[in-house]
Amino acid sequence: MVISVLTGIWWFIKGIGLLLTSVFALLKGLRLTLKMFFSRPITIQYPERKREVSPRWRGIHYFERNAKGDTRCVACGLCVAVCPSQCIRLVAVEQDNGERYPETYEINTVRCIYCGMCAEACPVDAIKLGRNYEFVDYQREALVLDKERLLANAPKET
Amino acid sequence: METVYFLIESITKVIVVFACLMAAVAYLTLAERKILGRIQVRYGPNRVGPFGLFQPIADGIKAFFKEDLIPARADKPLFIIAPMISITAAISLFAVIPFGEYIELFGRRVSLVIADLDIGLLYVFAVASLGEYGVVLGGWSGYNKYGLMGALRAAAQMISYELALALSVMGVLMIAGTLNLVEIVQQQAGWHWNVFYHFQFFPFIFYIVCALAEINRTPFDMPEAEAELACGFNIEYSSMKFALFFMAEYAHMVAVCAIATTLFLGGWDGPFNLSPSWSWIWFVAKTGILVYFFIWQRGTFPRLRYDQIMRFGWKFLLPLALANIFATGLYMVLTG
Repeated sequence: MVISVLTGIWWFIKGIGLLLTSVFALLKGLRLTLKMFFSRPITIQYPERKREVSPRWRGIHYFERNAKGDTRCVACGLCVAVCPSQCIRLVAVEQDNGERYPETYEINTVRCIYCGMCAEACPVDAIKLGRNYEFVDYQREALVLDKERLLANAPKET
Repeated sequence: METVYFLIESITKVIVVFACLMAAVAYLTLAERKILGRIQVRYGPNRVGPFGLFQPIADGIKAFFKEDLIPARADKPLFIIAPMISITAAISLFAVIPFGEYIELFGRRVSLVIADLDIGLLYVFAVASLGEYGVVLGGWSGYNKYGLMGALRAAAQMISYELALALSVMGVLMIAGTLNLVEIVQQQAGWHWNVFYHFQFFPFIFYIVCALAEINRTPFDMPEAEAELACGFNIEYSSMKFALFFMAEYAHMVAVCAIATTLFLGGWDGPFNLSPSWSWIWFVAKTGILVYFFIWQRGTFPRLRYDQIMRFGWKFLLPLALANIFATGLYMVLTG
């Protein structure tokens, strides 16, 4: 009889303790969320403020210019060969002075995976990947870059 | 002549309360998203208008122009009537809640309550349980297994917690000795709030917990558990019908907070001795704080498991609410 009463009291105390610890845990959670409520949001509000990209960021491609202001590309075809998604189309022609020249050079940026292999393979550093990542359009055709647009994509000299 | 005055007065009060409530509900959706956003260390919606203040309007327009689908095998009348039941029950609760003391208008004393019912609290519980039908019928009539599961859960959960909810306010009722909400508030005037003056703090906590379960808010949002039931009872609803369920949820939230303010937090009573015509400010402030707590805890606590909710309701809240009735009775006998 005495033992059962004692056991009952023991269980009662144990239950109260459990209740208090769980209520304390709930309050702890509420305190954390309240602290977060009064902290500054870490959101970068995109169109107004932009995030700095890393130095090795691989954005949209561009053509380096040579002394004449034209593309440096010598139409060797290494980028076409190395491209894993086969998104580069190159038609090479030979000029009168015997230099090869890309008559058409197209990068399908919808297929491109931005691996940067083309830039690495290029022997004359003609094609490079820039830092621009805001490259969207409503038509897929507009996302196929030709020679002129690649030249226009080059970052402005500072 | 007196009847005409009464009619005009009542209709005006109904219109004002309804308009304020709808505005509050609209901006509560924005407030909830903003507060949840802040809790998650991000801004809430802030694109539509300054600070996103036109977001509710944009949401309303969107809901209005969406296609209103009714599933082919749905029980059509019930499917249409369910959201109406939900919103009607939620809004009808405000008929008996006293917002303030009175206003002197055109030489007449206008009390700030739509209907000064002698059985106000009974009416509140009657109408609050009506809201259940909206959820249950809405889930059942859509002919969707998730909706049905949601409806079943809603029925079980809301009925269980209704019991504890009613029992948790019984202490206040015993002390007040009346079901008239205006009188209950008047008895609490001058800082004699039930929540601490008559040791009704624990029933206040029970009431808040039960109210959360009753209006299906997050730790107890079993009927619409997004993760497992894919929106639960309102899964088949779209367009304005969905918006009605949504509005009902928020109106319900305001309603239970207003009732908690009335019963436990002294209603319109507050410091600074505001003139009676401005006493509603205290009521709005207290209700707002409670609503903030409801949103705050939504950003904090995860959803409980179904069986845990039922066990908590029947094995924990119900006995404690009963024990509170006993304790309050003891307190009343001892203090006379």
